[in-house]
Amino acid sequence: MSVNGQSQSHDVEPRTLLVHHIRENVGLTGTNIGCDTSSCGACTVHLDGQSVKSCTVLAVQAEGAAITTIEGLADEARAAGTSTGEQDWHPMQEAFQQCHALQCGYCTPGMVMAATSFLNENASPSEDEVREGLEGNLCRCTGYHNIVKAVLSAAGES
Amino acid sequence: MIPAAFDYKVADSAEAAIAMLGEYGDEAKLLAGGHSLIPMMKFRLAAPTVLVDIARIDDLSYIRQENGHLAIGAMTRHTAVEHSDLVKAEAPMLAHVASLVGDPSVRHRGTLGGTLAHSDPASDLPAAVLALGGTIVAQGPNGTREIATADFFTGFFESVLADDEMITEVRIPTGTGGWNYQKFNRRAQDWAIVGVGVADGGKGISLVNMGSTPLRATAAEEALAGGASAAEAAELAAEGASPMEDTNADAAYRTHLAKVLTRRALEAAGVA
Ligand SMILES: Cc1cc2nc3c(=O)[nH]c(=O)nc-3n(C[C@H](O)[C@H](O)[C@H](O)COP(=O)(O)OP(=O)(O)OC[C@H]3O[C@@H](n4cnc5c(N)ncnc54)[C@H](O)[C@@H]3O)c2cc1C
Ligand code: FES
Ligand code: FES
Repeated sequence: MSVNGQSQSHDVEPRTLLVHHIRENVGLTGTNIGCDTSSCGACTVHLDGQSVKSCTVLAVQAEGAAITTIEGLADEARAAGTSTGEQDWHPMQEAFQQCHALQCGYCTPGMVMAATSFLNENASPSEDEVREGLEGNLCRCTGYHNIVKAVLSAAGES
Repeated sequence: MIPAAFDYKVADSAEAAIAMLGEYGDEAKLLAGGHSLIPMMKFRLAAPTVLVDIARIDDLSYIRQENGHLAIGAMTRHTAVEHSDLVKAEAPMLAHVASLVGDPSVRHRGTLGGTLAHSDPASDLPAAVLALGGTIVAQGPNGTREIATADFFTGFFESVLADDEMITEVRIPTGTGGWNYQKFNRRAQDWAIVGVGVADGGKGISLVNMGSTPLRATAAEEALAGGASAAEAAELAAEGASPMEDTNADAAYRTHLAKVLTRRALEAAGVA
């Protein structure tokens, strides 16, 4: 598989979950584990461009696929010429910063990955659609208001 | 949580998958989207020793218009059904119900064949296919057979599929009449506490979570056909159902919900 554009080859046990593979074998720990039961979305990454909960995907299912994690998102935007702001980040990351869309930050990588995948499917959503589009991602600090604002702002940018 | 160890096999065709099921017997399970099976394996509620991955069989993922029905490949993801212009035009109820399953990340993985084979009475799409009068095409070592959805489910997580059979296609009648789907839950992303699907102007009424399988509300369907009003028919919605009790609802509450949701669904579907 490729992870953030780099080809990766590992021998894994079939029962290895994608999230463990990304964290432990690939060594990228930006992707968090929250519930471990497919509910919270903290582990969201992109598999061939679409958001998935990596605690509910086996690493072997992603063989040959292109995975993007939070660590690779800004580079993806830079390559596409859509990065923005002082840090030259992905517009969604920039919008999260500008809108104060995080408190403790635990849910944030998953939120950002889910939100970017959502905008790929619905480029100019209503506020209600953003809330529905992020229903699979929980924020324990319950800063949903600013998260929704950030997603709407990122949608306006693009 | 980590599943118990298993061997992972990739099938490159339906025939290859069926041959592997024959070879490994009831130790083996097909792996489609994995969004029912992997959670069960993590909880060790399931511990197959061989998984046969059918997700790489490209020709099981399609949506085609055929004579009087849509033919949908078993590996078609919920997200493809939800966003398909063809499904929205020809079987809008199915596209709508697909959009209510879990959340977008779940819908990127889960498949139509998987959700039917899983036969969970709490699932939305099996109830929609049941109300719509869909047909399930199953392939085994000796060829294919067509199974009416009404004959498919036999019990909690059980269907008429043999150990060495797989679903290859689902057929949904097109151009049917008024429809509505009521999913009653308390939080975003949750499963239905009770759900009701009305298809074809009330000719098909199905119930979610009102027994050990997705159910047809036959008494209500018959009452409507015999000239009863939506409100009268809805009173019969839970006839013959045996809803389970859990932390969300007891049987009496589920029975109440089934009647109320059936009335709402019938009215929204344009049945007076
Ligand atoms: C967080 C979460 C929320 C969810 N919410 C909902 C919801 O609100 N409503 C809802 O309806 N569902 C919901 N689901 C379930 C989801 O729709 C699943 O994707 C679906 O039930 C199973 O499809 P799958 O392709 O993932 O099947 P898998 O998990 O791969 O397989 C399920 C079972 O079916 C068998 N199987 C798979 N494909 C075939 C085939 N072609 N032929 C024969 N057997 C086969 C497998 O061997 C296994 O036993 C949710 C799931 C999760 C994780
Ligand atoms: S850790 Fe995967 S959804 Fe919560
Ligand atoms: S910012 Fe703390 S969990 Fe969302």
